[in-house]
Order: sequence, then structure tokens, then C-alpha cells
Amino acid sequence: MSIEVRHIRKTFGNFVALDDVSLDLPTGELVALLGPSGSGKTSLLRIIAGLEPPDAGEVHFDREEATNRSARERKVGFVFQHYALFKHMTVFENVAFGLRVRPRATRPPPAAITAKVNELLKLVQLEWAGERYPSQLSGGQRQRIALARALAVEPRVLLLDEPFGALDAKVREELRRWLRRLHDELHITSIFVTHDQEEALELANRVVVLHNGKIEQIGTPDELYHSPATPFVYNFLGNVNLFHGRIEDGQVYIRGTSLPANGGQPDLAHANGKDAMVYVRPHLLDMNLRPIVKGAFAATVRHINAAGPKVKVELTSQWGDPVQVEIDHDRLRELQLEPGVEVYLSPRENRVFVYQI
Amino acid sequence: MSLKRRRILPGFGLTMGYTLAYLSLVALIPLSTLALSASGIGWARFWHVVLTPRVIAAFRLTIGTAIAAALINSGFGLLVAWTLARYEFPGKGVADALVDLPFALPTSVAGITLTSLYAANGFVGRWLAPLGIKVAFTPLGIIVALTFIGMPFVVRTVEPVLQDLELEIEEAAATLGATRFQTFRRVIGPAILPALITGFALAFARALGEYGSVVFIAGNLPMRTEVVSLLIMSKLEQFDYAGATAIALVMLVMSFIMLFLINLLQRWSTARHAPG
Repeated sequence: MSIEVRHIRKTFGNFVALDDVSLDLPTGELVALLGPSGSGKTSLLRIIAGLEPPDAGEVHFDREEATNRSARERKVGFVFQHYALFKHMTVFENVAFGLRVRPRATRPPPAAITAKVNELLKLVQLEWAGERYPSQLSGGQRQRIALARALAVEPRVLLLDEPFGALDAKVREELRRWLRRLHDELHITSIFVTHDQEEALELANRVVVLHNGKIEQIGTPDELYHSPATPFVYNFLGNVNLFHGRIEDGQVYIRGTSLPANGGQPDLAHANGKDAMVYVRPHLLDMNLRPIVKGAFAATVRHINAAGPKVKVELTSQWGDPVQVEIDHDRLRELQLEPGVEVYLSPRENRVFVYQI
Repeated sequence: MSLKRRRILPGFGLTMGYTLAYLSLVALIPLSTLALSASGIGWARFWHVVLTPRVIAAFRLTIGTAIAAALINSGFGLLVAWTLARYEFPGKGVADALVDLPFALPTSVAGITLTSLYAANGFVGRWLAPLGIKVAFTPLGIIVALTFIGMPFVVRTVEPVLQDLELEIEEAAATLGATRFQTFRRVIGPAILPALITGFALAFARALGEYGSVVFIAGNLPMRTEVVSLLIMSKLEQFDYAGATAIALVMLVMSFIMLFLINLLQRWSTARHAPG
């Protein structure tokens, strides 16, 4: 089912949660609503589900207006961050709930309900847990039950509110891959809310980045990562070093040192004399012991963390700003770094944002 | 290897000893004295006292009105608890304090107030009298008094459970297609049932032994509006200590059996609805 959201506005007292948000999601996609807390992502999900009424705007399902339909009538599957399982029911009864509450005319016969529930429990790989109670299961298992329960009513959309937020890192990763596979099997339009950029980039076909109640950018994970539309998106999708500079003659200068402007840069010629923000990811800074590259600037090593696939080096630039660089272990051995050593950094790629054009 | 389980706070021996001593001193010794002095009168006298029509009528009245009052409180107490737990409204603090008033008010004050309200010429009774409804000096009046004193028990046991109930499980039920009634019956009801049974039991137990508020409104007509606690009192006033003790013993045994049964019922519903 396709979902269209038009000019949604939602306020809580003086706080604007969503400010004129419009969104068009085609059938069968796995969409991430990504943003920091307070960005309005959960409000948007709850408005789509019908759990929260918008102050203004419309929600359309399959090009049909659904704004005034209740959550019950919208037939969406909703998965909550804290599972919201019915504690007094067995796992089996939890999953069967959506079928048992149907009006008599459309309620499947008991044998069909049993078959359906068992099939779903198998799908979430918990067929052994039917007679258990939710309190006897781990967090990851509970969330899978919550998912099976939501799928039992054969929803046209699956909405997940930070579904992995309450789980520990290992289980979260496992469940993420599992959800991806499930979506590939079922092809049900799914939207999940997350504040974890890694989760959004790994899982979704399409990511909607929200910030302060507005959409910053919509795109595939690839588009978002490689051509972020705003400084916020660049900043939010991973670690980043920020330098304040100026633009002169189509070149970016950081306090007199010119940086090579390369790789998908906006045309800087018309921005002469403006202030600019320069964003460089830590793994895109080259490190040398001598200023062999044009535009290299000096920095002093402060701290080295070699535990991980990459070595994380914290430095202080010649202007006194903190800088993070990621290098290979081999490179670390070549350079023989230790705290206090002075090195030269040169960006391999940067992205420039110009203030107030 | 030590067989003792280590705990953060020590003192099992001390606290257990204290608990047993305290329970014995406060509850067990007085009650066993009661049994002992009742045993002094002999079985024949005992049955003779207990099985007189006046005593049986008093028991029937006491238990019947206590059950009625506890049931009324279960229904309306649940509503009050729901309102207090779920909604914010001006004057909520006052409403909250009012719930506890029956705890704090001397029961005799409650009895006098209710009697003057519900008497045929009272503020409320005046409007009920033309309809043929008599409250004061009838079993109905006793139920009114017992409802008054039992109300906080239901509200205060159910309210915290309702507060702990996540709104999300109601939302989950709604997205799964449940109507409001189904959500209440299948999701909220089972979750609050153990607390509601506890509240009922407490209100019922309180009503069984109530004296102060009932004596004024009941009218105390033997066979008709005389409750057990009053009957014991009047036996004592006539220096019939043996008779009073016998009735008290029966009351004691019945209360104990009923509380025990309710405890079992509660344990069963807790085991069924919230394991682990």
C-alpha cells in the first residue's frame, strides 16, 4: 500500500513536533524515519498509524483519504519500542488476539486461527514459545512476538517505532538482518523510526531524515551518505570534522590555508567572500609527517585508540580545534605515532556548505 | 562451600523472630483467648446460643450487607480509581483527598451524618420517602454506611495498578482491531482483576466488623436490622459474656475462612494472569 502524507502539522503546547511535513511512499518499500530525539519522527509514525491526530494536513492510503479513520479502521501493524505485549496472555494468545477480536462474520474458525498463529510463530522462529508468557522471554524474542502479533491481522502497512531501541547491540544487529529478510519475503510497505543512522542506512531502501519537525532530506542510503543535502544530514550520518573557512576565487580557505575543492562541489565562484563550513569525515583525512601535499595543515596528536578495524586518532589542529582522523593499522606503524607528535593533515575529499548565499 | 545464601541486608533470624512475636502479641494471643473462653461454655450451650433465630438473622444481615457494599464499591471504586489514574482535572487533589476521608473520619461521625441525611425528614431522605424508599433504619441504610467506609479500599488498591498499566497496550489492542469494549474486557480487565479482588476482600472484611457507623443508621431492631457486632455489644451489656464470646468466635472463624478463600481466588487469578 502506498502512503502519502500531506502538509502535516502537529504541536504539543508550544512545541512544534511536525511543521508542514509532506511525504510520498510507494508500495513495498522499507522506509526509515531518521532523526535525533525531538525531531518529530515518532509523532509522524503515530499520525500515520492513527494513534495521534494531526493539527492540520492529510494522510492518504492508496490515494484514499484516511485522516479521519481510527487506528482500528486503518489496519496497520504497529510495533512498539517496549513491545506492549499483553502480559496476562500466552505468546500464542498474544499473536491470536487480532484474529479473535474480529467481528463474528469475518472471524476465522478456531482451527484456522491456530494454524495461522503457528505459521506466524514459525516465521519469527519461536514456534516452541506458544505456551510461554511474555515475561519468560528475552527482549529480542518479545519483539519478534510483537511483530508476529502485528502481522497476524495481515496489515497493509507495518509501522515500527524504534523496534530495536530497547535491545542490546548484538541482538539489535541480528534482528535488523532478520527484519530485512522478512521484508524481502513479505514485501509489505514498512516504516520504522530510528535515531541510529547505521540502522537506517543498513536496513532501509529509503531514508527520511527529520530535524526540528521538518524533512531535511529523502533519499536512498547511498544518496544520503554520499551527497547529503544539508549540513545537518552530513553531520548526523557519521562522525565529521568541522572547519570554518572562507571562499575566495572559487577556493576554500581555512585561515589562509587553501583546501583543494574536489568531488561534487557546488559551484563556488558566485560565493566569493562568503563564510563557509567545511565538513570532512575522519577517514577522508590523509596523515603525513611532512607537509608534502598542498593545503595540508599541521596538527598535534593527542590520543590514539587502536582497538577496532581502524585506528582512531584525536588531534588538535594548528588553529586549536579538535580533529578526528581514522587511519589503517599499517599506516599507524609506518608513522610511529604517539601523543605529542606533530603531523600534517590533508583532506582527500570535503564538502563545503556556504552560509547565507 | 556455604549453604547459606548471602544477602545484602542481614538479619533474617531477627526479623522473622520479631514478626512471629509481634503477630502473636497483637493478633494470635487475643484471638486464642477468645477461643479459650468460648470453649469454657461447652458445646451444648455454644450451639444453643449460636443457633437462635436472632443470631442467625444477624449473621445473614451482616454478611449480606457486607457483600452488597463491597460489590457496590468494586464497581464505583473502579470508576473513581480510573478517573484519578487516567485524567488530569482541576480539583483532582481535593478529589484524591476525599477518597481517604472515610479512613480518617471516626465512624460514629459518619454514622450520625448518614442517619441525619437519610432519615425520612433528612436532606436526602426527604426526597426518597415519597418514592416509598426508606433508607435509615433499614438494611439499605446499613449498606449505605458500609459502602461509605469501604470505598477507599477498592480505590486505593486498584489505582496504582491502573497507573502502571501502559497506554501502549491499549494502543496495541486498537491497532490490532479491538473495539473499546474488547480492549477493556480482554486487555485491561484481566490486568486489574487481582487488584480488584483484593480491594473487594478488604472492603468486605472491613464491613463485616463495622460497628460505629452502622449502629446509628441501622435502628437495631432484632431480627431485622441488627448486625453481629451490635449483637455482641448488647450481649456484653447484659453481662452475657459467654453468649458474646460464642458469637464472636463464629464471626472470627467465618471471617477467617472467607479471607482465606478470597486469598486463594486472588492467588489463582494472579497466577493465571501475571506469571513470572
